[in-house]
Amino acid sequence: MNVQVEILMAFFLLSCLMLAACSRMLHCIRIVALQGLLLGLMPLAAAEHIHMHQIGAAFLNISLKAVLLPLLLKAAMHKAQVKRELEPLVGYAASLLIVLGGMFISFWLGRKLNLPENAGALRLAVPVAFSVVLTGLFIIMARKKAITQVIGFLTFENGIALFGSAMMIECGLAVELGILLDVFVLVFIMGIAVMRINSAFEHIDSDKLNLLEEQTHGAAK
Amino acid sequence: MTNNTLYWTIWFAASLILSPLLPGIINKVKAFFAGRKGPSVLQLYYDLFKLLRKESIVSTTSGGVIRLAPAIILGTLLTAALFLPYGAKYSPFTFTGDVIFFFYLLGTSRVAMIFGALDTGSSFEGMGASREAHFAALAEAAIFAVIGFLALTTGHSETGMLSDTGFSDIRHLTSTLLCAAAFFLVLLVENCRVPADDPDTHLELTMIHEAMVLDYAGPDLAGIFYAGALKLWLFISFFVMFLIPAGSWEFGLYSAVFGAGVLLTTVAVGCVESCMARYRFLKVPQMLAGALCIALLAVFCLTFFEGGLK
Repeated sequence: MNVQVEILMAFFLLSCLMLAACSRMLHCIRIVALQGLLLGLMPLAAAEHIHMHQIGAAFLNISLKAVLLPLLLKAAMHKAQVKRELEPLVGYAASLLIVLGGMFISFWLGRKLNLPENAGALRLAVPVAFSVVLTGLFIIMARKKAITQVIGFLTFENGIALFGSAMMIECGLAVELGILLDVFVLVFIMGIAVMRINSAFEHIDSDKLNLLEEQTHGAAK
Repeated sequence: MTNNTLYWTIWFAASLILSPLLPGIINKVKAFFAGRKGPSVLQLYYDLFKLLRKESIVSTTSGGVIRLAPAIILGTLLTAALFLPYGAKYSPFTFTGDVIFFFYLLGTSRVAMIFGALDTGSSFEGMGASREAHFAALAEAAIFAVIGFLALTTGHSETGMLSDTGFSDIRHLTSTLLCAAAFFLVLLVENCRVPADDPDTHLELTMIHEAMVLDYAGPDLAGIFYAGALKLWLFISFFVMFLIPAGSWEFGLYSAVFGAGVLLTTVAVGCVESCMARYRFLKVPQMLAGALCIALLAVFCLTFFEGGLK
């Protein structure tokens, strides 16, 4: 059993619930940054002997996910002059209960899957990773703004990375770095897209982008 | 008198004497954060002595319930204090299921407080009473989820189960942490601390607990203040006893750890209070829903992954 990993797992679960209940954009970004930090610490906490490449991966993870991406999101938020209050499609209390339901399913699944345990402490990795993934998907679905969808995607990716780092898959580092690059590019593009959408349409409410099609129809007629 | 009973009696007496210290410590922490010197830690003792020397005046519109309320509030809280397993495995008064009795005694004190507030006929006190009833009803769900967790980990339902929990079993670490977080949120709401209610505010429209005690004076008000401090002590000691690992503790060591735990938790409450603004009323039910979710999550974690029922 590994005490540090268990504590990190508890914080991961708490951060998911906080993300579901949080009503301010800036807080959401901070929570995602916190998840990035927890994720960066995970391989250091899980390893019995810390190698150089683990420290490198942790450093890269933390500097990218806990510092750079949140800064980028914050900049996009300020540039696009997004309203700070989220506009949820599902209310906060209902979001909490739905995320809790997702966690119930992931714990149940994690129990059923019976994955081989290569290190005793990591039995919680599967359910926690599933919970984080489901929370991310839920945030993508249930929040309107483009930035919150990026936040949801980042959470989703954190879940995948958590699964990888906690299962300590061999040569996981290479895979990790690949995913990290993907995410970085995606957030970068999304950040630019958010600003472009904003400057073109004066809002970044992704719900209203559905109207685009109808408008062009109208123009064609 | 066995050793256990002796130790329990010492801590029970200490809790009655020390509880008015807690609000003082919280205020000191808040003053430190604000860069002020702040009132003395003993301020509540001075206030209590001052109030006890004054006479008690009752509003002419009241029907007499307000005279009974402080006695009922204080009486139920003192009775509840008898059931905590201070420094021992069990309180001498324990019986099966007394943890539910413990929380319902706290609930009874709240009912007395609400009736006392309604009895004055003041509309502000009525508003305070309504909010208190609303939030308390929601907090109860979270409390019972926490009790359910405790009963699942220990396999019994006396308040003595508190001495069997905590970080003794490393397999339960994650769920214990989650459950502690849930109980801490409940602690803040139940004791009218900051994210739910601001004990320093003096705008009747935004007050909950303070609005309900506007019409008390003299010894009655002293009773209410003391009861508030005692309730804070009960919740904080419940929290600390829950976190202290089970095992055969030396009495001296246990006392030191317990005292340090109470002090740390009080300082933590003070820090939360200094760093946060009060939530608007709409958000308090969300906070309680969050506490319920965290407690239920702890139960899932326990039943699916940490060995489940004993």
